Amino acid sequence: MKLIKKEDLPGLYGYLASAGKKIFAPVRKNGMVSFSFTSAFEEIEMSYIQTKLSAKAAAFPKIEKLMKYTIQKEGQSYEPYDVEKFPGIVVWGAHPCDAAAFHPLNAVFTWETHDKYFTRRLENLLIIGLSCTSHDEFCFCTSVGVHPGDTKGSDIQLTPLPGGDYLAEIITTKGEAVAAAVPALFSPAPGLNKEELVTSVEKRFDHEALHAKINGMFDHPVWKEQALRCIGCGACTYVCPICSCFDIQDEGGIFGGLRYRCWDSCGFGHFTIHTSGHNPRESQDTRWRQRLMHKFSYQPQRQEVFGCVGCGRCSRNCPVDMNISEHLTQIMAV
Amino acid sequence: MDQFEPKIVAFVCNWCTYAGADLTGTSRLKYAHNVRIIRFPCTGRIDFLLLQQAFAKGADGIIVSGCHPNDCHYTSGNFHARRRWMVFRQMLENMGVEAERIVFSWVSAAEGAKWADLVNETVESIKKLGPYHKYQDMAKSLEEWEVTHE
Amino acid sequence: MNKLKEKAKELLSSRAVQVVVGYEEGTGGKIRPAFVSRPEDADKLLYNADCHHNLALYLYKHETKRIGKMAVVAPPFVLRSILILTTEFQLEEDSLVVLGVTPEEELIEFANFKEIETWVNQHPIGMKEKDREMLNRLNAMSRDERWQFWQNEFSKCIKCFACRGTCPMCSCFRCTVDYNAPQWISVGSHQLGNFDWHLMRAMHLAGRCSVCGQCGEACPMDIPVHLLSFQINEDIFKMFGSRAGLTLKKESLLSTWKSNDVENFIR
Repeated sequence: MKLIKKEDLPGLYGYLASAGKKIFAPVRKNGMVSFSFTSAFEEIEMSYIQTKLSAKAAAFPKIEKLMKYTIQKEGQSYEPYDVEKFPGIVVWGAHPCDAAAFHPLNAVFTWETHDKYFTRRLENLLIIGLSCTSHDEFCFCTSVGVHPGDTKGSDIQLTPLPGGDYLAEIITTKGEAVAAAVPALFSPAPGLNKEELVTSVEKRFDHEALHAKINGMFDHPVWKEQALRCIGCGACTYVCPICSCFDIQDEGGIFGGLRYRCWDSCGFGHFTIHTSGHNPRESQDTRWRQRLMHKFSYQPQRQEVFGCVGCGRCSRNCPVDMNISEHLTQIMAV
Repeated sequence: MDQFEPKIVAFVCNWCTYAGADLTGTSRLKYAHNVRIIRFPCTGRIDFLLLQQAFAKGADGIIVSGCHPNDCHYTSGNFHARRRWMVFRQMLENMGVEAERIVFSWVSAAEGAKWADLVNETVESIKKLGPYHKYQDMAKSLEEWEVTHE
Repeated sequence: MNKLKEKAKELLSSRAVQVVVGYEEGTGGKIRPAFVSRPEDADKLLYNADCHHNLALYLYKHETKRIGKMAVVAPPFVLRSILILTTEFQLEEDSLVVLGVTPEEELIEFANFKEIETWVNQHPIGMKEKDREMLNRLNAMSRDERWQFWQNEFSKCIKCFACRGTCPMCSCFRCTVDYNAPQWISVGSHQLGNFDWHLMRAMHLAGRCSVCGQCGEACPMDIPVHLLSFQINEDIFKMFGSRAGLTLKKESLLSTWKSNDVENFIR
């Protein structure tokens, strides 16, 4: 455990930026705090409860270009985008939920196929975590096995002290390399109990018990009841740090173009529609069920990870207040 | 410096303006070569999305032309189209698009000379406006997309 | 709003309707749509000036229709939406009980849609002060500044389609943006794809918008998309003298025409 003084934080930023890293940090812009690439330390917002968009875009951007292709008389050719050129990215100031979310994301992208675009971006990431000292009524990380002081996923974890300084925990070898490069910024930590510094989030349900219960609820009427007001947009999935569904698109003209993947959402009515016109998830309740079952039944079963870190973004941003923790608590009660 | 030669896409109806443009040719009237004509059954068929696509694919100017009011082969296609353009032009203005780059006209099958004049005048006016870089740059957004744009 | 609760209870206990679509208190101080199908649950219904969801959205969805006959709590913008949807053959009069609520939070019962038509014509909806100011600001801008304004706003768009999802007028089973042969609108949320999407949506709502502003409310990225529809609504009123949602006549602006439509730009 080390201490990094308030006035030394720009030094850490400066070192990382001068090492050629792109800094992806919570920035207040257009009246909201969102993870965004920044070129000035002053732009970074260190005291936020939750950003609008999650940090997943650092490894799973809303558009990932896969290849360029050309179609000519002589034949077709294609040229994949070079993952070697992917920049090193520092996710700066990610709360424990966001830092923890990269693990389940990785589980998806390395499950059967080793996705080189995602995995390379993840390899290039350095995550500077930020323990939570405040939360709101939408936060429920403790219910899904994440804690406001968790270091999982972070390379270096900062915990704000009341005076403005930070406790710094060096978690991984990546983190150690940074600390070793700028040793002057770190001093020995005073004897403090980190637990007392972080906020305490009420636990609403137990995720293991939820997993055990939800497995058998595929045909339960609760989905129909819960999903009635769902409008079938993709807001919850796009702000989610773990939702990983994507679409692959070709865009271009007669002689060539480029192929990319972009975010897609199981909330959309046409997400599962077949060419025949048949839609296996024909009503909104089956789509809502899919979203919850995927996160709390299928992912734990198949990939041994939970698809939720309790950041609460989906609930905050839902136009019709589909509050996920409320719904999960209800599921535990039925 | 080379003189700017605008790319102009003309969406025309089959029954009047296309025939009118044909008459321009058979009358041996010479007009600016900047125009690429796309023939439609009727102006009523010319969806505003086609105009959006034309700008996105690099057009500097657009001509939309069909039968005069009351002359429509399908009776009312051009009346429907007229309303759509009235609203669409205003919508473009509201969103900051240079709506004067879209020239609307009625050219009948007998107006070969009017077609030549229309094209020539449009080319002149678009030359004055210059290339539509703003829209074309926006259209390159995918090609130029980088993760750091997040 | 005790009258509303009582009326809902009465409708449900007499089995006149199977579900009342209304508003209830949500989480974190938010208000959300509510579906009440038991008389004893009617007490959670509420109505106040913060109820911004356009509930007309649920009136034609097969998920809600399969419950049975509906009653809907309808502020003025929902009433207008009901008229628009009726003229577009999306709603049938006998499938619906309309519980109108005035901005003064009084309950009005409508015997038929004709009465709604009369009422909405007598009670014009004013634009919110905030929106009026924004429109004035936009109109005072140069065209280049407006372009920049919207480019900046659309750069936030993530294409979650909350604006579409929450809009009762977006009643198409398959939206233009979902078509891929041809692909009119790019699927990816890049600048062109976002611009094309918002222009297309605003055009498809031109002359059909009930001016509820819910698309802007729904946007998680706080893009004021509703202003596009609000402004064209004003322009359309200037050009054609009509506003959507005030008539039961089946004469949607862009599917009708007049031989004497006045334009000044066609050569």
